[in-house]
Amino acid sequence: MTAALLACRAVGVRYGDRCLVRSLHIDIAAGERWALVGPNGAGKTSLLHVLAGVRPADGGTIDLAGQPLARWSVERLAGLRALVADRWIDPFPTSVLETVIAARYRLRGIPGAARTDPESEAIARQCLVAMDCAALAERDVRRLSRGERQRVALAAGLAQDTALLLLDEPISHQDPRHQVQVLRQLGQRTDRTIIAALHDINAAARFATHALLLAGDGSWQAGKSGAVLTQENLSPLFATEIIQIEVGAHRVFVSTGGVLA
Amino acid sequence: MGLPRLRAAYALQILVAGTLVALLTALRFGSVGVSTGAMWHALLDLVQGGDEQSLAATLLALRLPRALTGMAVGGLLALSGALLQALLRNPLADPYVLGVSGGASCAAMLAIAAGAGAAAIALCAAGGALLALSLLFVLAHRALFARDAALDQGRDSAILLTGVMIASLCAAALSLALSLAPDGKLRTMVFWLLGDLGGVVSAGLAALAVACWLLLLVFGVRDAAALNLMLGGELQAYTQGVATAQVRRRLIALTAVATGIAVALAGAVGFVGFVAPHLVRYFVGANQRVVLPAASLLGAILVLLADTIGRSIAAPLQLPVGALTALVGVPVFIWQLQRP
Repeated sequence: MTAALLACRAVGVRYGDRCLVRSLHIDIAAGERWALVGPNGAGKTSLLHVLAGVRPADGGTIDLAGQPLARWSVERLAGLRALVADRWIDPFPTSVLETVIAARYRLRGIPGAARTDPESEAIARQCLVAMDCAALAERDVRRLSRGERQRVALAAGLAQDTALLLLDEPISHQDPRHQVQVLRQLGQRTDRTIIAALHDINAAARFATHALLLAGDGSWQAGKSGAVLTQENLSPLFATEIIQIEVGAHRVFVSTGGVLA
Repeated sequence: MGLPRLRAAYALQILVAGTLVALLTALRFGSVGVSTGAMWHALLDLVQGGDEQSLAATLLALRLPRALTGMAVGGLLALSGALLQALLRNPLADPYVLGVSGGASCAAMLAIAAGAGAAAIALCAAGGALLALSLLFVLAHRALFARDAALDQGRDSAILLTGVMIASLCAAALSLALSLAPDGKLRTMVFWLLGDLGGVVSAGLAALAVACWLLLLVFGVRDAAALNLMLGGELQAYTQGVATAQVRRRLIALTAVATGIAVALAGAVGFVGFVAPHLVRYFVGANQRVVLPAASLLGAILVLLADTIGRSIAAPLQLPVGALTALVGVPVFIWQLQRP
């Protein structure tokens, strides 16, 4: 058994005076894909920010690549994990390609890596191709649709070249074709460990090897996605009746419209 | 499209040449005209250490310090404006509009009232700028710089309004001081309200100002790559490896010093810091590695030209350069506000 890439021990997450996650224990090994599932306001984004080292945990310890998260410098951390948010700020006109290349900022300080090296541009273009936005390379990021802007942000996350990818609702603005395509492309990158907050349970079941359910009251449940993503767990989690149907080898979740008290 | 229309390298070359042309224009024109050839001859003579006694040489000795000061003031203000626009992620930011110049003016006037020397006045001006800027950033902090801040775009106007209020407060303090000042001192004090290059500056001080400008520009450009990422928000820049808090503190201090020096030399010249980065972004895009030096050079050109026009158009009367920059800047500002 190799050491986990990301290890959480008794990690708490609070928002204001609400306790969202209480004493979280999980080990995430390299190559695993985790779906973060839970109702609105359950703390998915807050937990992603804590795991990214952007905000401190409210108690507990987090080890990333064998060292406490807080001990990594900002620059080294940028080489270990990338975070793709689901909102973007674009105050000035910038091309899509520039935005993706800029994600490789930390490489600037590494000797031998030129400031605008052709390698970075080549990698940026590959990542744009993977996210189906190669044709957008020269466009202004402010003139993109939300779905296109989201795929550009995902391409930038890939271009950062990190072992760990933290994705906040990566397909929230995608059409059905791109929902499938984006997650498939991400899933094929077996060198990446991915933690993604997902609202679409079916997408989560297809994409993830593991799942972490957050209820928002501090309780949580983690494990292999097949064992955790079940109608018995999901119905009370979302306080709405969800049933599972076997279609061939796949398991499909359907909301019946029934609301649970 | 709003994407680069001009290769960055060409833009910078054009602007460097433009700055030299504007400098020569400022030396050549004024209440008394002199031929370009005579001025060029006098300039070469000065550089070679001669002491020619022609009209051109006399005019040069009078105009060169003023032109160099104008160049440094324009460059410093445009650098401050470009940095503020990037740090606040707001294309309407400007040291004059946000009250940074006002803070510097107030502090400088207090220093004068206390009988301080030139160096102490400049220091106080920088301190006043830093105070006004710190106040602005403290007030803006929750909206803009908390890493998990709500990315509420509507907050931008609140920050701008906060700056405008700081500017109003400083203007009120200055007006109060003006109304209490003896009549004899009124003219020199108006200078702090509306920028003017008419104050007598020695050639040595002017050269020092240019040196400060170029030094601060180099420091600014060193953080340009980090600033590029910070445009995308605190969260993104931090996760991509930028120590955002440190970079921001460094650049706030740099902006305050740049504005402080500019105000100590020429009072509160408005809108150069707003207009120059704006025009530059239109042509070269938003890459701060290009925007910072290009905007700074364009600011130098704008102030040089505005002051040359101010000295020539109603000669022998001299119009304050701040009035001219505001006449150009305000319509551009309103036009920008109207854009979707």
